[in-house]
Amino acid sequence: MNAKTKLRDFHQAKWDEPIIFELGSRGERGILVPEAGKEIEAEVGDGISKLPENMIRKEAPLLPELSQMQVLRHYLRLSQENLGADLNVDVGQGTCTMKYSPKINEKFAASPKFTELHPLQEDSTIQGILEIMYKLDLFLREISGLDRYTLQPGSGSQAILLMVSIIQAYHESRGESDQRDEIITTIFSHPSNPAAAAVKGYKVITIYPNEDGLPDIEQLKKAVSDRTAALLITNPEDTGVFNSNIEEFTKIVHEAGGLCGYDQANANGILGITRAKEAGFDFSFFNLHKTFSAPHGCGGPASGALGVKEKLAKFLPVPVVEYDQNRYYLNYDVPESVGKVRDFFGGIPVILKAYSWIMSLGSKGLKEVARTAVLNNNYMFKKILQIPGANAPYAHGRHRIEQVRYSWEELTKKTGVTTEDVTCRMVDYGFHMWSSHHPFIVPEPFTIEPTEAYSKNELDEYIAGLKKVSEEAFENPEKIKNAPYNSVIHRIDTSSLDDPDKWAMTWRAYLRKNKKRKAV
Amino acid sequence: MKKEDKYVHPYIPNSAAETREKMLEEIGIKSIDELYSDIPEKLRFRGEMNLPQPLESEYLLKKHVEQILSKNKTCNEYISFLGGGCWQHYVPAVCDVINQRSEFLTAYAGEPYEDHGRFQALFEYASLMGELVEMDVVNVPTFDWAQAASTSIRMAARITDRSEVIVLNRISPNKLSVISNYCKPAIQVKEITYNHETGLIDIDELKEKISSKTAAIYFENPSFFGCIENRGKEVSEIAHKHGAISIVGVDPISLGILNPPSRYGADIVCGELQSLGIHMQYGGGLAGFIATKDEKRFVMEYPSRLFGITETSQKGEYGFGDVAYERTSFAKREKGKEFVGTAAALWGITAGVYLSLLGPKGMQEVGKCILQKTQYAMKKLSQIKQVKIPAYDTSHFKDFTVDFRSTGKTIKEINKGLLERNIMGGKSMAEDFFNLEEVALYSVTEVHSKEDIDNLADALNDILGN
Repeated sequence: MNAKTKLRDFHQAKWDEPIIFELGSRGERGILVPEAGKEIEAEVGDGISKLPENMIRKEAPLLPELSQMQVLRHYLRLSQENLGADLNVDVGQGTCTMKYSPKINEKFAASPKFTELHPLQEDSTIQGILEIMYKLDLFLREISGLDRYTLQPGSGSQAILLMVSIIQAYHESRGESDQRDEIITTIFSHPSNPAAAAVKGYKVITIYPNEDGLPDIEQLKKAVSDRTAALLITNPEDTGVFNSNIEEFTKIVHEAGGLCGYDQANANGILGITRAKEAGFDFSFFNLHKTFSAPHGCGGPASGALGVKEKLAKFLPVPVVEYDQNRYYLNYDVPESVGKVRDFFGGIPVILKAYSWIMSLGSKGLKEVARTAVLNNNYMFKKILQIPGANAPYAHGRHRIEQVRYSWEELTKKTGVTTEDVTCRMVDYGFHMWSSHHPFIVPEPFTIEPTEAYSKNELDEYIAGLKKVSEEAFENPEKIKNAPYNSVIHRIDTSSLDDPDKWAMTWRAYLRKNKKRKAV
Repeated sequence: MKKEDKYVHPYIPNSAAETREKMLEEIGIKSIDELYSDIPEKLRFRGEMNLPQPLESEYLLKKHVEQILSKNKTCNEYISFLGGGCWQHYVPAVCDVINQRSEFLTAYAGEPYEDHGRFQALFEYASLMGELVEMDVVNVPTFDWAQAASTSIRMAARITDRSEVIVLNRISPNKLSVISNYCKPAIQVKEITYNHETGLIDIDELKEKISSKTAAIYFENPSFFGCIENRGKEVSEIAHKHGAISIVGVDPISLGILNPPSRYGADIVCGELQSLGIHMQYGGGLAGFIATKDEKRFVMEYPSRLFGITETSQKGEYGFGDVAYERTSFAKREKGKEFVGTAAALWGITAGVYLSLLGPKGMQEVGKCILQKTQYAMKKLSQIKQVKIPAYDTSHFKDFTVDFRSTGKTIKEINKGLLERNIMGGKSMAEDFFNLEEVALYSVTEVHSKEDIDNLADALNDILGN
């Protein structure tokens, strides 16, 4: 790395690795498996002859045949062609809260005292894991001020589905579910908010922002009626601007008889600073794989812990984890429960890691996480605004909470380089840069969320990268438009991905469509 | 320097006082509190969260968590015969190595350039599963089999523009609960009974109940009770005759020796990936897959991401990208198909590694081994005086029920006795199925030895006073 410019002469690992089906050769074995043994075979025969004839698979599946080291090598190479938060200054995946996933927590999750637990074991044999689930519920109550948590949902989106299910059950219990068929959300909310509402049959009303980037309260007032089942809202939203009027929002919806759900998938800037309870929310969920440090796993496993006010606890999914001062146990006796959103109990490895993370930090630590995330974000905010072509709409002159939605619109107007192009060139410096959810309300958007996990020097590195790409855009836009050059692959041709005659989501489909399928 | 500035934590680099001061200066503020100026005082939480004293040294944290985990008794320490949706299979060491790699573990949603590895690994998982189920489209995994079944059902409802699904055979009550909630209110879920003697689908009742309102029929093979259905073709034909879609749920570890549902008319196949190289983790290692033919009418209904292989600007290079992205909620919000988000990608990659290791022969061998051990266990337990094995003459794979009703003992008592003998007995089905008091679900996999099964039989004989 150049100490002065803080830029790296980066090149990502590039193995030009074949697809696994192109590797190996006939007869190779990656692992040998146990046999039933001669004695069992003497008793029951080969097992297969007893199967109904039409259910016997006569030919083996056409899987590749590799030896063990070759399988290992192949996947390790693929892993090198991937940029996890452990390796890069991952502040460019805004809203995702890419922070440090402590390795000690990985050790716990790999312990056989956890991995070798079956979900149907008797309560007496799983007191340890039940204790962790129970205590995490208590911790999360402290953080949000709400009364009860369920750890069952396997992600933020599934927590939203559960929220909407409970909203439905609540209105049903009051004989108002036919009447209340509308859910209100904002355009900046995660797409799963309106989408999960639609799955459960609700009509979605979307509120757009005012000039401050905040949801327009006048639109809310117009949208609210006796058809309102609920409001699903995030605060701060992806813009990073805190809605100081949020209490007014929840009040308006409550007065109309609706419930208020708080999407706190990302609560990283406000732990111990402001809570769901005082803002008037009936529900709130946390993504344990974001704010609470569990790793993202390329997109799961995950956990969306949903908290509710006491009056809604009777609708929670079963089982709930209880403690009778002597032992922990699973309670299935929840008469008005909505049932289940997931088989068994939740994203347990994620829950274990979140518990441990909170135990490492405590109340003061959690507050420092939030305060530092906000410090880091406003530090970057100041510096990024100095980069030619970069702007941040809304709330001019005001601070942000944990992330900022920026715009390259000026850069695009002046150079033709788009936010997508900048993303492709940032990759050459070893960085991610994410734009925004769709639709793009802010033109040519980019969203940066530093979290508390990166050092000042690392933040400076990322800023230097953005600055460099901006410079390059002004000097030589064509170069940016054909990036990346130092990554794993070059610009992809997306034309086949929307063409049913060309698209191929498996190797077998690819071979078939490219007339390469060999007869066995 | 204020007292609070002396706080430092290894996970928070800029908690170090000197750096903090510098940053405040560069922003042009005196304290972090100023950054929260948009939060009105009445919303400021000025209390202390009542959380335990932090264990700031990693040493104390380790001691603490390990002490809690030590209260667990695991399937390593006991011989467990628990199954029913999560199973104890052997997890190859290479599977753990790959899913613990930082590069995969801590990645998320980067582009197909800097995250090419993730795209290729998931494309390969989909391709390997595609060979197993003999279908050309497999999704990036969803949460679990229950969700995969729920989404398959909703896909069928959209394709046929109908609003009823018939669930056949015995599926897990947990799954049925997930499906029912997910389908409510748009789709009516109808359950029909099965033949209790054979454990198989009651085809006559299906013929009675299916109508022009039926979007799909859904059954599992093997069923929740382990029964291998052999009339799948007839069932699919009945569905198709009524313009309905045939959805079959499977446990892929059986597909080395059992015909995949595509061979008996299934249009949509779904199932659980946990048996493919993923530790049980108290039910936290689940992942669901959905597979279909490569037809536009199916492809366009998937809510999940679908990764396609494509070319790049450099000849000979493979690239990957999202297929038909515009159908997803990412693109269209409430107008997209259901919703998509973070689910279980790392387990999808792991399942791909597992299938790569086992290969065609390995999948045949593990399937055969499980089949033989299941048959052996059923035979041994059927020889216990007061014990009956329901649907004994039907082929089972891995799971099977054991009827203790003639023993005069409850399963609670029996399992207590088994636990004392270091065995975790099958779970009672009484809570889930009101007519199955004192019937337990047992599961045998490749990890159980002949001795384990013999010991179980001996222990049961002992407990029952034989």
